[in-house]
Amino acid sequence: MNLDKSDVEKIAHLARLTIDDADTADYAHDLNNIFQLVEQMSATDTAEVSPMAHPLDAHQRLRPDVVTEQDQRVLFQSIAPETEAGVYLVPKVIE
Amino acid sequence: MQNKTLTELSELLHKGETTSVELTRHFLDRINTHNTQLNAFISVCEVSALAQAAAADKQFENKTAGKLTGIPMAHKDIFCTKGVRTSCASKMLDRFVAPYDATVVEKIAASGMVMLGKTNMDEFAMGSSNETSFYGPVKNPWDTDRVPGGSSGGSAAAVAARLTPIATGTDTGGSIRQPSSLCNLTGLKPTYGRISRYGMIAFASSLDQAGPMAANAEDAALMMNVMSGFDERDSTSVDREVPDYTATLNNSLEGLRIGLPKEFFGEGLDPQVAANVETAIRAFEKLGASIKQISLPNSHLAVSTYYVVAPAECSSNLSRMDGVRFGHRAENPTDLLDLYQRSRSEGFGAEVKRRIMIGTYVLSAGYYDAYYLKAQQCRRLISNDFQRAFQEVDVIMGPTAPTTAFRLGEKTNDPVAMYLADIYTISTNLAGLPGMSIPAGFAEGLPTGLQIIGNYFDEARLLNIAHRYQQVTDWHKQIPRAFA
Repeated sequence: MNLDKSDVEKIAHLARLTIDDADTADYAHDLNNIFQLVEQMSATDTAEVSPMAHPLDAHQRLRPDVVTEQDQRVLFQSIAPETEAGVYLVPKVIE
Repeated sequence: MQNKTLTELSELLHKGETTSVELTRHFLDRINTHNTQLNAFISVCEVSALAQAAAADKQFENKTAGKLTGIPMAHKDIFCTKGVRTSCASKMLDRFVAPYDATVVEKIAASGMVMLGKTNMDEFAMGSSNETSFYGPVKNPWDTDRVPGGSSGGSAAAVAARLTPIATGTDTGGSIRQPSSLCNLTGLKPTYGRISRYGMIAFASSLDQAGPMAANAEDAALMMNVMSGFDERDSTSVDREVPDYTATLNNSLEGLRIGLPKEFFGEGLDPQVAANVETAIRAFEKLGASIKQISLPNSHLAVSTYYVVAPAECSSNLSRMDGVRFGHRAENPTDLLDLYQRSRSEGFGAEVKRRIMIGTYVLSAGYYDAYYLKAQQCRRLISNDFQRAFQEVDVIMGPTAPTTAFRLGEKTNDPVAMYLADIYTISTNLAGLPGMSIPAGFAEGLPTGLQIIGNYFDEARLLNIAHRYQQVTDWHKQIPRAFA
C-alpha cells in the first residue's frame, strides 16, 4: 500500500477533516508507516478463525421496554454551541 | 503526610489526628508548589475540594465516615465530572463542562473521597508519552526532561510526586500500566467490564477500561473495592460479584505458577529492564512460586491488530464531535460540511486526526475484510494464546515497557516508534484480561516495571501477588528526591 496526497485528501473528507496542503505529505508519510506496521497481520492465516468482537464474547444485554430516562433537554442543550426553541442550530441545509 | 498509605491516612482521620480539610489543603499546597514544573493537572478544584473535605469532616463528627472518607484523590480528565470541565486534554472539549458524573466519579464521591482536580493526559487518551495533550506535555518527576508515559501521564506524575495519594486512569493499550512503570507506581487495568465505562469518554469501546494508579498494591485494592461493579448504564458492564480485594492481599504465594513468555524477553527489550524483571522473578521463587517458560506465539500480531481495532473504534466514537451539540464549533461556517470539517480540524490535534483517518480508511467500503475483520481474527488468536497459557500457569509475568522513560520529544516525529512503547501491554487489552504494573527497581535512576497478567476476573490474585512482593521489597516506597 502506498497512499499519496490525493488518498489522504479523500480519507480526510470521509472523516470530515481538512488537512492543510502543507501537511498532507507528512500525513501520507505517517499513515504509510502505520499501514506498513499493520501489514504484519497479512502473513497470518486466519481463514478458519472466527472474529472476536468482544473480549468475553458477551452479547448485548436487553432491558424491558419501559421509559427509564427523564427528559433533560434543557440541561443537555445548555452546553450546545447554538440552540433555539429546543433545537440545535446548524447552517441552512435546504434552500 | 504525603508519603502515607491510604490505610494510614484513614487511621489518622478516624483517630481525629488530622482532618480532611487539613489533608486536602496539604495536597492542594503541594499541587500549587509543584504543578507548574510537572503540568500534571489540567484543572485544580480547590473550592469544591475544600467543600467536599468539610463535608467529610462532618461525617467523622457524626460517626458515619467510611474507610476512604476524607482522603484526597484525582481523576484523569477523561471522566465526566458534573459542573467541572472535562476536556480529555483536547481543544475540542476545552470548554466542555460535563452535565453528569461518570459512574466511577459517582462511586468514588459516594465513598467520601475528595476530588483535588483533573489530571493531564494524551488527547483523547491517544498516546504513550502525554505529549499529545492540548495543555502541553507532563514531565516525569524522576527526571523532568523525560516523559511520564501515557496516556494517563498526569495521574502517574501526580501520584509519583505525591501531589495526590492516588488517582484514576484508563487503559486502552497500556495507558495505566506503561506510565505506572515509567513513574514507579502500582497500576491495575482490570478485566474488561469489571469497572463501568459510563461517563468515561470513549476511545476504543471494546478495549477501554478504568483502574487505579496507586503508590502500592494495598491502596490499589482499596480503590478497586470502590470502583468495581455492575452498572446498567454501561451495556458491556459485567454483572458479577465484587470480592473484597483487600481480604486476600496476604495470601501465601506458595505453589503459585508463573509463566514467562519468551516473546516478552526478545529483541528491543532494554537489558537493564530485563535484568530487573529477572531479579523480581527470583524474589517470587523465594516466596514459593514456580517458574515456567511459556510461549504466546501470536504476540507479534498485537501492535498491528491494535492499530486497526483501536483507530476503527475511535473514528466511530469521535464522530460525535461535530460542532453541533457540544464541544468546539468553528466560527461563521458557510454550510453544514464546512461546520463539520472546520470544527473537527480546529478541535483535534495531529495524533487524533491520524487515528481517525486510519480508522476511517480501514472501515471504508472494500477494505473492511482486509483490515477490520482480519484484525478481529488476529485478536482471537492472541486471546487463544493466553487461554492456552492459563491452562499451565496461574499468572504471566514480564516487563511492562521495553525501556525506562524516554526523553521529551524523542519519539514525537515517529508515530510507529511511539506505538512500540506499548508492545507488551496491548495484547492484554485485545484479550480483555487484567494486567498490572508494579515497581521493580531502577535503571540509571529511572523506574522500571514488572507486568503481571492474570486470567479473567483474577484482579484479587494480581493484587495479592503485588502486595506480597511489596512486603519483601521497597521499590514502591522510593520517591523522586525533588518531591520528597
